[in-house]
Amino acid sequence: MTATMTNTIVPDFGDDGPQRKLAFVCSKGSLDMAYPALIMASGALEQGIETHIFFTFWGMDMINKSTMDHLHFSPVGNPATHMPAALAPMPGMQAIATRRMKKSLEDLKVPDVPAFLEHLSDMGCHLWACKMSVDMFDLEEEDMSPLLEGVLNVSDFIEIIDGAQTMLV
Amino acid sequence: MTTTTIGHKEVQVDADGFMTEFEEWNKELGEVMAGNIGITLTDEHWEVVAFLRADFADKGVTPTLRRTATEGPYPTKQLFQMFPKKPARKMAYIAGLQKPIGCI
Repeated sequence: MTATMTNTIVPDFGDDGPQRKLAFVCSKGSLDMAYPALIMASGALEQGIETHIFFTFWGMDMINKSTMDHLHFSPVGNPATHMPAALAPMPGMQAIATRRMKKSLEDLKVPDVPAFLEHLSDMGCHLWACKMSVDMFDLEEEDMSPLLEGVLNVSDFIEIIDGAQTMLV
Repeated sequence: MTTTTIGHKEVQVDADGFMTEFEEWNKELGEVMAGNIGITLTDEHWEVVAFLRADFADKGVTPTLRRTATEGPYPTKQLFQMFPKKPARKMAYIAGLQKPIGCI
């Protein structure tokens, strides 16, 4: 099929434009702090943007095999839940809040954290663990997600993301 | 509403050039649109296009990349090879659908 294009409007997919680069630093391990970076990274990758995620401090929980399946959402000190402050620390409240958040995400067909990381990795996302955090939590390679591309110290990470727009979560 | 000529047919498109009328699309247009963005369609591409159109007919919205990869015929990695760099939007364009509105 040959096409003759006269005055045809063709979407600009930016294939010839400059290569954008995005980096996320995930430093929090609660469920509500894990998702924003994952979702934004997914959007970036869908746009053909080179995307890096650096897991550090509590963000390590997202790639630590022993915790990545069980991230929690705590209503304590979180005014966004609109829950009376005195109720939030009650026993069982965190479990209820976590369950409800997971259910809402499931209803939207948003994958859980391990499946989400796999989805990102399939899209070509670069996943890195922070060297200092690995040492701090005394982790070995086998304790962490095999999707990680490597363990980097901050200098190396900063070097790799040269030119990237960077977001700290 | 903007109209444009794709192949030999006048069709309605949005400001970016994505077709807006489901019924105006046909395979010939799909072929021309793929050519416009440098993609040569194989049987595998057509399978994906067929999934997108069937899913749109069923749900009323363009499936996202994640949905296409999990419910459709090919996984994410392969979709990136078939529709390089921006698979979700490129698939939608060729299938005569609007850009997906879902985030994931």
